[in-house]
Amino acid sequence: MTETPLIGEVSSGVASAALSGARIGVVTFPGTLDDRDAARAVRLAGATAVELWHGDNELADVDAVVIPGGFSYGDYLRAGAISRFAPLMSRIVDAANSDAKLPVLGICNGFQILTEAHLLPGSMIKNDHLKFLCRDQVLRVENNTTAWTNAYAAGQEITVPLKNQDGQYIADEKTLDALEAEGRVAFRYVGMNPNGSRRDIAGITNAAGNVVGLMPHPEHAIEVGYGPDHTGTDGLGFFTSVLNTLLGGK
Amino acid sequence: MSEISTGSTTEAAESAKKFNIDTVENAAKTPDVELPWAELGLKQNEFDDVVKVLGRRPTGAELAMYSVMWSEHCSYKSSKNHLRQFGSKVTEEMKKDMLVGIGENAGVTNLGDGWAVTFKIESHNSPSFVEPYQGAATGIGGIVRDIISMGARPVAVMDPLRFGAIDHPDTARVMHGAVAGIGGYGNSLGLPNIGGEMVFDAVYQGNPLVNALAVGVMRHEDIRLANASGKGNKVVLFGARTGGDGIGGASVLASESFDDTKPSKRPAVQVGDPFAEKVLIECCLELFKGSLVEGIQDLGAAGISCATSELASNGDGGMQVELTSVLLRDPTLTPGEILMSESQERMMAVVTPENIAAFEAVMEKWAVEYSWLGEVTDTGRLIITWEGEVIVDVDPRTVAHDGPVYDRPYARPQWQDALQADTFTGSVQDGGRPASAEDIKAAVLELIASPNMCSKDWITNQYDRYVGGNTALAFPDDAGVVRVDEETGLGVALATDANGRYTFLDPFHGAQLALAEAYRNVATSGAVPMAVSDCLNFGSPEDPDVMWQLAESIRGLSDACMELGIPVTGGNVSLYNQTGTTPIHPSPVVAVLGKLDDVARRTPSGWKEDGQAIYLLGTTADELDGSEWANLRGHLGGLPPKVVLSAERALGEILINASRDGMVDAAHDLSEGGLAAALVESSLRYNTGARIALDEVAARDGVDAFTLLFSESQARAIVAVPRSEEIRFTDMCTARNFPAARIGVVDAASGSLDLQGQFSVPLDELREAHEATLPKYFG
Repeated sequence: MTETPLIGEVSSGVASAALSGARIGVVTFPGTLDDRDAARAVRLAGATAVELWHGDNELADVDAVVIPGGFSYGDYLRAGAISRFAPLMSRIVDAANSDAKLPVLGICNGFQILTEAHLLPGSMIKNDHLKFLCRDQVLRVENNTTAWTNAYAAGQEITVPLKNQDGQYIADEKTLDALEAEGRVAFRYVGMNPNGSRRDIAGITNAAGNVVGLMPHPEHAIEVGYGPDHTGTDGLGFFTSVLNTLLGGK
Repeated sequence: MSEISTGSTTEAAESAKKFNIDTVENAAKTPDVELPWAELGLKQNEFDDVVKVLGRRPTGAELAMYSVMWSEHCSYKSSKNHLRQFGSKVTEEMKKDMLVGIGENAGVTNLGDGWAVTFKIESHNSPSFVEPYQGAATGIGGIVRDIISMGARPVAVMDPLRFGAIDHPDTARVMHGAVAGIGGYGNSLGLPNIGGEMVFDAVYQGNPLVNALAVGVMRHEDIRLANASGKGNKVVLFGARTGGDGIGGASVLASESFDDTKPSKRPAVQVGDPFAEKVLIECCLELFKGSLVEGIQDLGAAGISCATSELASNGDGGMQVELTSVLLRDPTLTPGEILMSESQERMMAVVTPENIAAFEAVMEKWAVEYSWLGEVTDTGRLIITWEGEVIVDVDPRTVAHDGPVYDRPYARPQWQDALQADTFTGSVQDGGRPASAEDIKAAVLELIASPNMCSKDWITNQYDRYVGGNTALAFPDDAGVVRVDEETGLGVALATDANGRYTFLDPFHGAQLALAEAYRNVATSGAVPMAVSDCLNFGSPEDPDVMWQLAESIRGLSDACMELGIPVTGGNVSLYNQTGTTPIHPSPVVAVLGKLDDVARRTPSGWKEDGQAIYLLGTTADELDGSEWANLRGHLGGLPPKVVLSAERALGEILINASRDGMVDAAHDLSEGGLAAALVESSLRYNTGARIALDEVAARDGVDAFTLLFSESQARAIVAVPRSEEIRFTDMCTARNFPAARIGVVDAASGSLDLQGQFSVPLDELREAHEATLPKYFG
């Protein structure tokens, strides 16, 4: 009857069944909101989602970690400022900086926590228009060599939901120049800059490429019919990317 | 409030370290002490009743409890006699899927496969006028706690809003505050906001309506009720600490009219902490999962007074509570204030002694504060002590359920006949009705840019519609649709509707029209309507005109529910929405919940596939009274569009079958703004144009092009049908004897809406007109 896929059908990007053994941790803090969504994305990509609690002291042998969105500790004091002190965050920081280079993805509040934990530079302040904004946002993949972006083509434009109040990425000019020079700007906003972020930056990576943070929500664009109107599943590539990384030992 | 002097200087000196405690013993000894019952909102006859019930004067604490629980907001004393119709006009068939009916925190409906859904709509009008951000935020908080109390995981919220004139300076204050409050609180809870309404009308200037709906889902075995059973079981209060906010919110704020002569009521508005609520949600769900609570009740209006008296009276009838065990934010609070406080993010539960340790472990995990207040007894009395001294000793039923009930006088207003005789057609304002192509085009652009018909993106873009990953449709689609079961695709659809102008013209039919539209919206999405929740926003019940509007609306709504076969499972009444002697338009907001066996089949409101045929279902008459067009021309009179519930039902069945069998790819109901608004909205939804020819259907219905486009005749919808399905679809309509006219085709390449023989407008021009209005006024 129609060429539009039915809602709920996953049309592409599912990794091989052999990868279902991959264990990807999803961290829950008090006030985390998108943890179940992130776990769903992990499952749809073909891996096993492992619930991690902020108060835990060990990483439960996970192969990668997603720090999902939400308002951990109500964003009180400053978004991510309290969560970075969670016992589990110390383990994540250590593992991300170790030789094993644990892949870590921070989405929205997760990105804010990663900057507070100094795994990524810069910070997020209130949107320049001072309002919460929820919209379908076009992003350009600027770096497709990270653990979380290798399933995309360089320069590929993807549409994923954006929803936040404190999404304006800032850093000093020197840091911004360094990010640009080292190819560490992972995503840029296309079409419009929704929050005043410096140099249209939507997401960045660390130098090693194992830690990526971004404000938009790829985990909300993984199933046809439950994501942005026209494309719908552009976010699944994040989760298949990390499986490629784990498989290839990148 | 002030506590009561005990009269004895030595006793007073003894307890001066904290309060002068008015004990039950003291009350019995000092019958003639003056009590501030009038300040607390009680009437003389009501106070006399309290004395009669108790056989003595109430203590200060008892007075506090009775005053809030017998308020209009908590006791429904003016509406109760009428509301009974929602319970009596119900067939066995309608009860089939009702697992929990009116009276609990929220009704519960069976979805099948072991799933149940609970939903409810409530008002938070007065606080949202006084302090829009906190008022609207705590409106969300309160309704969400009602849903948790039933044992459900909340899965979505919606907000029907009605504010004053768009260009009035105070409207911006309310708009910015309320929208930011709904977003700030709801977004932080991880609940997608999937729809609502936004109406601007000067009648709401001093009485904006901020209604909030929440929906939750659960397995059948997880349904919880608010009752305290089992002697010896422990009573625990958990969540936020009790503070001085919202004291008397229900009795003073929600049960009186605003006027300029009284002091500011800001302290009666509660202050919300969405983070505390989010933690409370997860914490409660973990308690339910472990079956650790016997009964649970949220603390909303009337706080601990309500929770203790309702839990006790719904259970074995007795409870003993030590009030000094309540954790306080402000240690200077008096017992009466503690009982009345409406501090947010609190819950009360009943726990067996064996489960105490497990309960405490869950609290520790989520870092939620709790305190054990007392236990369930079999005495039939609610006893509240303060440092061991009895300050409340009542039969809890007399507090929670046996409040006053009024048969308020009502009569059809004297002005009603003249109002209904003043029809739009032929009125002064109808002079120069658009007839030429050019004028009709200008009218369409004016309509879609008007405050009530313009794009609501400015509002909905401040709400998270994605969180949870189960949102299948959200505003601007006709209904919000949420997946419940990821394995099967089982889901629910929800829509809320009201039209204050229709209800003002004819309260009986206006309320039915609200139901008809919500029903139609749910069916348009492809869902089968199952249950109703209503929020009845009216003026003062002490005005016989208003009381008539309320009585007629309830009668109309309950009749229509019976005819459509969907029961009311809960709701709320908000009275005294008036400034001085001027009431708002009667505004019964009706929410309808529907079920989709497979959310994959849901129908969006816009077309996107080139070449699909567009059909108009239903017939159009000259029904412009009360319409958006008449409103734009400053006219309000006549009779609202005719209600034909059998036609609504037939249309609903067509839309549901068409969705299930893949016969339509888009459907949009026709309501405010008529066919003109619907064609524009369906085109803009996915930015896909269409070619429309109206002559044939205009001739069939005997109306001109303008009337066809702007009339608000009911039981109509437009649908986009794939070519391969056209015969099957039209056969179905013919078999059901329902009018279906092919009025055009989807034209993806054109980039415009082409009304052939009239005019063609580029979609960009329509979009600019549609989307510019709210940013223009609100930045």
